[in-house]
Amino acid sequence: MIKLESIEKVYRTEQVETLALSNINFAVDEGEFISVMGPSGSGKSTLLNVIGLLDEPSAGEIVLNGQAINSYADRYLARIRNEEVGFIFQSFHLIADLNVVDNVEIPLLYRRGLSGKERRQMALKALDRVGLSSRVKHFPSQLSGGQQQRVAVARAIVAQPHILLADEPTGNLDSQMGDEIMGIMHQLNEEGTTIVMVTHDQRLADRTGRTVRLFDGRQVQ
Amino acid sequence: MLKNYIKMALKVLLRRKVFTCISLVTISFTLMVPMVATALFDHLFGSFPPETRSDRTLILQSIKGEKLGETSYIVNSPSYAFLKRYVSSLTQAEKVSISGRGSSTEATFRKGEKIESELKHTDGVFWEILEFDFLEGRPYTVQEVEEGQRVAVINEATRQVFFGGEQAVGKHIELKEQAFRVVGVVSNVPAFRLMTFADIWVPVSAQKTDDYLRYDSVFSGYQALILAPSAAEIPLIKEEFADVLTRVEYPNPDQVNHISGGPTTLLEHTLEGIFAFGMLTSRGFIALVGVLILLFMLLPVVSLVNINVTRILERASEIGVRKAFGGSSLTLVGQFLVENVLLTLLGGALGLVFTFLVLQMLGASDIVQYAEFHLNHRIFLYGLVMTLVFGLISGVYPAWKMSRLHIVEALRRRKQ
Repeated sequence: MIKLESIEKVYRTEQVETLALSNINFAVDEGEFISVMGPSGSGKSTLLNVIGLLDEPSAGEIVLNGQAINSYADRYLARIRNEEVGFIFQSFHLIADLNVVDNVEIPLLYRRGLSGKERRQMALKALDRVGLSSRVKHFPSQLSGGQQQRVAVARAIVAQPHILLADEPTGNLDSQMGDEIMGIMHQLNEEGTTIVMVTHDQRLADRTGRTVRLFDGRQVQ
Repeated sequence: MLKNYIKMALKVLLRRKVFTCISLVTISFTLMVPMVATALFDHLFGSFPPETRSDRTLILQSIKGEKLGETSYIVNSPSYAFLKRYVSSLTQAEKVSISGRGSSTEATFRKGEKIESELKHTDGVFWEILEFDFLEGRPYTVQEVEEGQRVAVINEATRQVFFGGEQAVGKHIELKEQAFRVVGVVSNVPAFRLMTFADIWVPVSAQKTDDYLRYDSVFSGYQALILAPSAAEIPLIKEEFADVLTRVEYPNPDQVNHISGGPTTLLEHTLEGIFAFGMLTSRGFIALVGVLILLFMLLPVVSLVNINVTRILERASEIGVRKAFGGSSLTLVGQFLVENVLLTLLGGALGLVFTFLVLQMLGASDIVQYAEFHLNHRIFLYGLVMTLVFGLISGVYPAWKMSRLHIVEALRRRKQ
């Protein structure tokens, strides 16, 4: 499902060269739920960005759902992201001006051939899965942190991606709300979604199938 | 998708009310000035009664006469006899009318009060080429002109002054110690309609003498209006006249033995007046006006670009999210352009309201006699085009800058 071979990521400025990721090699099988752990600055989020094609690796090869990423052209990557990947961010990144259902519809706006009615139905279905059917017209500011993250999960799954990438999805939530989000993610995983989650929390990592550990941009486990 | 963009645009506009107000004021005032200029231009050269056929009407108001071999020359209006001989006979023309160039101010006294009116002498064909708005009566005919009848067409303002606004047809007015029978009353013609403006129109034959018929000079204060069968035949008429000029018999060859110049469209004629003889073509003038409008809009565009760039950077997180979930840079550029065009359309609508108010004020100020400026579909269309151009120009750079924003960098900027 996901295969990383000899991935490197170097950030260059005029004076400094920072090695963020070095020689990362691992694979994630279809339906797996893995966690990525490591101290701050170890390259966890960078790795997730590279897997999700939000950032281009300096070297190495990525294969997503059997498709080798051999071009980093904007439109090509946008299409792959739209079809294959869903993202959950630590700080939710909901658009404050849009209500819940409009936020959830965003990935579908970039999917061809869907009518407005179909988009709305799919968004409502996704919201139903995360238990927010009663909040579709609310704005993000009217929701609790846990509810906002559930909206973000609905947005991540609405286009039915094969891969879900979560960057500290419970990092801004209290433990009860964090557990709710983890519960939803486990349910999605049981239904076949492949999940890669970055976390600091060993307790959460223990609830995933296996853990990839990073230290100073290197894979240590 | 478009509905979503528009919804988003409205939310963004409502979110930052101060920014939106500044933008709308900038846009509306920026667009108001060229829209007012366009409206004036349109009223000057556009198709309005009585000059509804201006697209296929040529005017010959002045010619350049010289004696070959000498450096001096005269630019003046042609004489009636010259026009009768050499313009009325143009075979490519559908109709040719000869009338006095401009109008002369005639004073009359009514109940001891001095009344000044602008008087114009015309032939009968004048009324066939032009489409005056008759409020009562009719124009005088070719036959009435040939018979030298003392008949007149007056405008609404003159009817008001002479007859208190009551029916005037059949009544008489006294001009140059002669009584003229009013046969028609027309709506007022604005003073900037130089081909047709007057308060009173009378037959050219109603003059005290027949001197105008004698061909003793090529110059003497008349104009010809030439109606072409279609706009496409205008060049043929110009060519034919140029050919006719090679065969002119000169009444005073020791003074003038060569004539140049020829009939022009109204726009070309005005340009000749503003610029040197034939220096700028009408296409060149329109291009020049276009460039001036663009230059005028440049500063507000830069200002709006700055506001837009600030707005965009505030929305970095949204841009990051949209890109992460499949929005390509091109799609986002499209979204931002739609938003900006919507903003400028709102500003353009406001600008149109301001334009309407300015035109009303100009009309009420009586700067130009009888001028009434209205918004019409052409001004609306020009305004729309200017608004769209303004919206696209001021939106392209911010949109391009936004499209260059890296997703990870955009997502790091939390401010919404």
